[in-house]
Amino acid sequence: MLNGKTAVVTGGSRGIGAAIALEMARLGANVALVYAGNQTAAEAVRGQCAAYGVQARTYRCDVSSFQQTKDTVAAIKADFGSVHILVNNAGITRDGLLAMMKEEAYDAVLDTNLKGAFNMIRHCTGLFLRAKEGCIINISSVSGLVGNPGQCNYAASKAGLIGLTKSVAKELAPKGIRCNAIAPGFIQTDMTGSQADNPLLAQIPLGAMGRPEDVAQAAAYLACAGYVTGEVLRVDGGLAM
Amino acid sequence: MYFEAIAKVVAERTGCDVSTVKPESTFTELGIDSLDTVELLMNLEDELGIEIELDQSVATVGELDKFIQSKQG
Repeated sequence: MLNGKTAVVTGGSRGIGAAIALEMARLGANVALVYAGNQTAAEAVRGQCAAYGVQARTYRCDVSSFQQTKDTVAAIKADFGSVHILVNNAGITRDGLLAMMKEEAYDAVLDTNLKGAFNMIRHCTGLFLRAKEGCIINISSVSGLVGNPGQCNYAASKAGLIGLTKSVAKELAPKGIRCNAIAPGFIQTDMTGSQADNPLLAQIPLGAMGRPEDVAQAAAYLACAGYVTGEVLRVDGGLAM
Repeated sequence: MYFEAIAKVVAERTGCDVSTVKPESTFTELGIDSLDTVELLMNLEDELGIEIELDQSVATVGELDKFIQSKQG
């Protein structure tokens, strides 16, 4: 379904990003895994992707850096020729109450989650324009839709991604380039940890946490949905309904 | 001077005669919108074998020529 396409997935070494990378590879796309620090994990995901018979490579990059993302996209272009699908999944949390939040905790989350997506889109857009196709998928969060106490920085970054998504969707639609967002709810990953005692679990209509594969399935849909742009797709068991 | 190279890529892209492209021609007149200039620039990079980072909008062919010259020092 995605044969011959190249998918770039940031935060691709684990969790939701790893699941998305694997799903893209399963559908036939070559995969460029962008990771921040865990080379061993990134290599493991790369191996799993390659097992589907596609090309897969890893790139270490701090997405909050304009220059590093520029160099990384240039390296991906040199290795794969072009980029067709960009999944901005890299994200961090520095949770804390706003009244006590350190400035750097706010900045770090905005820099990686929001500016990181801008950086990657900024440097991939030339390739999309030239290929006359492109699909951008930004991983937002239900936190960005409904807010979450203790996550003002994270929620702001994820809400920001929605504004970014819709603006980019409008700006690039005339060129056949689509941009959508996914808003996952509680997904079982290293980042969320065990939420067994979280009272919010009881508020999920479908009654359970989601799996990274649930988000990957949504990403696969958006990668193929040629008439869908500017959409925010919730994958949250009904939480933010 | 990158004018000739720019004119060539513009002509290839729009199908117009290369002689009709002047330094004062605006990209709008040539039927090239601002996003197209980004793509045009990527074709120029290949043509000239240089790397150009467009970080401002340019209205005319001459302006683009000057911009590339400034980036190439």
